[in-house]
Amino acid sequence: MNYFPDEVVEHVFDFVTSHKDRNAISLVCKSWYKIERYSRQKVFIGNCYATNPERLLRRFPCLKSLTLKGKPHFADFNLVPHEWGGFVQPWIEALARSRVGLEELRLKRMVVTDESLELLSRSFVNFKSLVLVSCEGFTTDGLASIAANCRHLRDLDLQENEIDDHRGQWLSCFPDTCTTLVTLNFACLEGETNLVALERLVARSPNLKSLKLNRAVPLDALARLMSCAPQMVDLGVGSYENDPDSESYLKLQAAIKKCTSLRSLSGFLEAAPHCLSAFHPICHNLTSLNLSYAAEIHGSHLIKLIQHCKKLQRLWILDSIGDKGLEVVASTCKELQELRVFPSDLVGGGNTAVTEEGLVAISAGCPKLHSILYFCQQMTNAALVTVAKNCPNFIRFRLCILEPNKPDHVTSQPLDEGFGAIVKACKNLRRLSLSGLLTDQVFLYIGMYANQLEMLSIAFAGDTDKGMLYVLNGCKKMKKLEIRDSPFGDTALLADVSKYETMRSLWMSSCEVTLSGCKRLAEKAPWLNVEIINETDNNRMEENGHEGRQKVDKLYLYRTVVGTRMDAPPFVWIL
Amino acid sequence: MAYEKKVNELNLKDTELCLGLPGRTEEIKEEQEVSCVKSNNKRQFEETRDEEESTPPTKTQIVGWPPVRSYRKNNSVSYVKVSMDGAPYLRKIDLKTYKNYPELLKALENMFKFTVGEYSEREGYKGSGFVPTYEDKDGDWMLVGDVPWDMFSSSCKRLRIMKGSDAPTLDASL
Repeated sequence: MNYFPDEVVEHVFDFVTSHKDRNAISLVCKSWYKIERYSRQKVFIGNCYATNPERLLRRFPCLKSLTLKGKPHFADFNLVPHEWGGFVQPWIEALARSRVGLEELRLKRMVVTDESLELLSRSFVNFKSLVLVSCEGFTTDGLASIAANCRHLRDLDLQENEIDDHRGQWLSCFPDTCTTLVTLNFACLEGETNLVALERLVARSPNLKSLKLNRAVPLDALARLMSCAPQMVDLGVGSYENDPDSESYLKLQAAIKKCTSLRSLSGFLEAAPHCLSAFHPICHNLTSLNLSYAAEIHGSHLIKLIQHCKKLQRLWILDSIGDKGLEVVASTCKELQELRVFPSDLVGGGNTAVTEEGLVAISAGCPKLHSILYFCQQMTNAALVTVAKNCPNFIRFRLCILEPNKPDHVTSQPLDEGFGAIVKACKNLRRLSLSGLLTDQVFLYIGMYANQLEMLSIAFAGDTDKGMLYVLNGCKKMKKLEIRDSPFGDTALLADVSKYETMRSLWMSSCEVTLSGCKRLAEKAPWLNVEIINETDNNRMEENGHEGRQKVDKLYLYRTVVGTRMDAPPFVWIL
Repeated sequence: MAYEKKVNELNLKDTELCLGLPGRTEEIKEEQEVSCVKSNNKRQFEETRDEEESTPPTKTQIVGWPPVRSYRKNNSVSYVKVSMDGAPYLRKIDLKTYKNYPELLKALENMFKFTVGEYSEREGYKGSGFVPTYEDKDGDWMLVGDVPWDMFSSSCKRLRIMKGSDAPTLDASL
């Protein structure tokens, strides 16, 4: 390759798009590093504190698309205080100052303010795509700036964010000249929606392929919207009112029939189940169905809908579907690749939930299944062994038995053997979440067999430090390890400090690590940020006579090239 | 916690008063002791319980469990059945649509056309003969209003509005 001029090499690199591959290319030699960095347009930063905007811009001056992730994963479950960090403002400020031609920004678990959104909207002439997932800190005023100022906006995709809805007129801030929208997702907005502005916007957006509405969009508006957007591919139905008048319902039926490109359906936040049949005509085209927020759709209406969806590849559902419902899925959806079954009754004691039987049925019926998230009441080793035999192709396997420490409900044994069978059979497993009663043995299996494992979530599991050591020593590709309420301590934490350089991050909460253990780790590894998150007064940890032997409630450590972050709040102590 | 101390005081005072018919005091004392033991998970008498006796936290009390995104938790629907003594059929309400006890009680009052009376920690609901109760995650029947709203809404499985003479007051049940 050294005989080719740079432009030719660069042209070859254009065909290499995955981040992993481009990172690998840049390590081959100095000249490839140089060529690669000038030609890189898309950058992915899995931990916003691993680097900083200045280094990003120095290395990749031709940046067009940036993905940033902020808070650790367990922040999703309220284990990380709100003010912990993950602010996007400094990034947008730096990007704006550098005048890089930013076109796409994807943020996950970050704090975004209206100020940030306004700055973003004014600083990049060609800005096209904003995707915010599980972010917080902004209001509809920020959305108004994006709508008003981004002349070429293509995607505005808001997924499960906490947005303060000022019930303003953000939708009417899109100028009449804005006709470039391809994706508009505002399902997570709680407030009222200006239906007139919305309908006008959809009518003048001929490229609109993905539209996800919020609760405030009623059925008759949906009918009108679908009529003027028959090219729709991905639809999020908002509120599917209880008693639509027959005229609206007829209009809806007619509009749906025309949407022959529809492949993905979601929403149904409030739903009249008997109106689902309006969608039956297009079900045979659907590849993705998300009914996980549709608590009112269950029983025969749900089953009838699913029986029409023979091409389904992705299904997100509530556990009210029951084992019987999953059997219908198994016999109908032969193309199924990804299944998520969420708990519907968070209070507990529900008898409509799913069990190991549903999981086994799915594994037997769906040969292409590679990703599963399954919340259930109970599990057995035998079922897991069967699932492993049926589905050796799992890439993601996340099982959550709702009651912590619950053993095999038939044999009362720990579930070590079951999960062991999964990791042994599934040679491509990249992500695993454990639950139920588990001893160190399961970690022995994981360390031995899970060679491709990149992310592991552990809760209420294990007996001794050996468990964690099996994982750290065995899983060569581990990137993210998150552990809660498990008896792992300093011995495991400190056994191989260099391991953390190969990982993105480690989270340990309510475990047995002590302050002195963490301090020793920080001393040995200055290239790590070792954060102690302590919502009670931090100073008390030092002053207390037992200094060192105190257990650390929440530990979060991650590799970084830029040292201690300056924006940590007082309850975060960086060693 | 403040309310636990108050409850302690309440029990002591109750043993001093003669609450039932003359001659019933022995019986009442026994019942009281029994009900103390039975309900030691709920009104937690920290001073008198041993560490070994303390029950592990029920799953609704573990932070961040089950591992479901808060967005999803906030947007999930949790219908509970509501029965009213004497009413021919039950109703269902979504607890998530109410932010606090006054909102819930008002909705119940509207639904079943009754009023609920004054609530006090000491004596429960007085004045109307209607007492709102609920079954919690452990299957125990509790008085609505005693615990913080969030704890109530995440552990309430069903509601029952007890009526008139069927509704024992706190005093009589001890």
